[in-house]
Amino acid sequence: MIEESTEVVFNKRVAGNTFFMGYRSDPMANEAGPGQFVMMQVRSGIDPLLRRPFSILGVNGDVLLILYRVVGHGTAILSEKKPGDFVQVLGPLGKGFALPCEAVYPILVAGGMGIAPLIFLSLNLARKDQQFLAGYGISPEVVPLDQLGIRGLSPAIATEDGSQGHHGRVTELLESVLLSAKEKPPAIFTCGPLPMLKAVSRIALGQNIPCQVSLESNMACGVGACQGCAVKKAPDSIKPYAHVCRDGPVFDAKTLDWEVI
Amino acid sequence: MNKPDLAVQVGALSLKNPVLTASGTFGYGREFAPIMNPGLLGGIVVKGISLKPMAGNPPPRIVETPCGMLNAIGLANVGLEVFLSEKLPWLQKLDTCVVVNIYGHSLDEYGAVAAGLKGVSGVAALEVNISCPNVEQGGMAFGTDPAVAAQVTERVLRETDKPVIVKLSPNVTDICAIARAVEQAGAHALSLINTLTGMSIDIERRIPKLANGSGGLSGPAIRPVALHLVHQVVGAVNIPVIGMGGILEPRDALEFLMAGAQAIQVGTATFANPRASLDILEGIEQFLSDRDIQSVKEIIGSLKS
Repeated sequence: MIEESTEVVFNKRVAGNTFFMGYRSDPMANEAGPGQFVMMQVRSGIDPLLRRPFSILGVNGDVLLILYRVVGHGTAILSEKKPGDFVQVLGPLGKGFALPCEAVYPILVAGGMGIAPLIFLSLNLARKDQQFLAGYGISPEVVPLDQLGIRGLSPAIATEDGSQGHHGRVTELLESVLLSAKEKPPAIFTCGPLPMLKAVSRIALGQNIPCQVSLESNMACGVGACQGCAVKKAPDSIKPYAHVCRDGPVFDAKTLDWEVI
Repeated sequence: MNKPDLAVQVGALSLKNPVLTASGTFGYGREFAPIMNPGLLGGIVVKGISLKPMAGNPPPRIVETPCGMLNAIGLANVGLEVFLSEKLPWLQKLDTCVVVNIYGHSLDEYGAVAAGLKGVSGVAALEVNISCPNVEQGGMAFGTDPAVAAQVTERVLRETDKPVIVKLSPNVTDICAIARAVEQAGAHALSLINTLTGMSIDIERRIPKLANGSGGLSGPAIRPVALHLVHQVVGAVNIPVIGMGGILEPRDALEFLMAGAQAIQVGTATFANPRASLDILEGIEQFLSDRDIQSVKEIIGSLKS
């Protein structure tokens, strides 16, 4: 965990309202793993007051890569950062993905901005026998990986309006992949909007497939101090709540209470 | 010149400097340790401890508001037993005063937590949260009635050998009446303000943004209110007051000290800047040395009327 003022290297629009940012921090780049996140102060002062959590998309030398969609006040301010500007960042934080062993067939299921940590994971897996699925609402939201300078990854795309790739939901792609996957037992890694995560977890738990899910939450501290990012654990758990920032953001899907989340 | 003297006295409690972290914003002290040294602080007020572990409220528990935030954590904590066995040993090694914030849902629970901390080394003082609902009296907060606030204070004092700081809620008609009642009951010091009750609504879904409905507002949005209440209470009692409420920068802390607070607590600012408490400490020291002021005590209560 490092807290420092970091220099923005680039910050550009890559699709629709989606921005791709790189900032320089050698120590953070050394520590960061897939599934971890950072808390970024979008500007100094008191409005907005709190830092924003962002998943780490990857590392390029001493540059950390962040992908975000402009959805509100904070991300709108962030989108105006120019190369050479400085942002205060705390990270890397949280418990990331546990990397699968060679004996399993990794299936990565992304929804929208949830693709960011899965890109990091996919690059770290560095193996050919992985399946990468990415779902979006409409094609202007599709993140063009070549524009991010990422080579060798070509996720199968699903769009709900049918304008690109599979016409429908990414969970439909997942179900067909699971039907054809027979050689090695599959393991699912997923990140995206909550309804999608619920659907993916239902499929995974229904077929007894290991599933690691990366959750999003409002956060104040990012380090487990404020207990603001509580998430309900499965009914058989000793403690009723886990905290997304410290116990996650990546959880074993079977440890969470999907009825309540 | 020599470095200014930052030591302050809060009743029987000697602090090496007037900056503490506020309960609920600094966990059990260890969470921020990788990036800042909590041992440099005057004190750490740990997350409120109850007799038994508390799960807390359903999420969402926090929401950002203009220049502040609302929280409805629901006093989630590990409980007295786990605090003593797992959290306190690490805190005891720090060169700072550890203040344990305590609360209960009945007088007996307050008494039991205080008794459980009696004689425990490394606990410098108790801070009593009287803002939580009183299950014996219909869920109204202990801290909203002078007589009940005094009862809690007496009960804790009877069960402890530590200095007792009572933390006051601003959600009352006359905070000075509560402050005086708690003083008469024997409290050694007061700390204020706790959060201001507030709410925020999601206009698309037409539901409160917090699952609890309402929550406690903190952050710079509440600072002028907090400062005013601290100033009023300082004038109403003869016991020391610890000020808090939206302190973000050294100049904010200096305002509270000048208004008469013997020490200050930094809360929500830690979320915006994990090193805020240490930055504030350095800023106070700088302010004093820039003006050749020998001791922070010369600042405390120095407001000209």
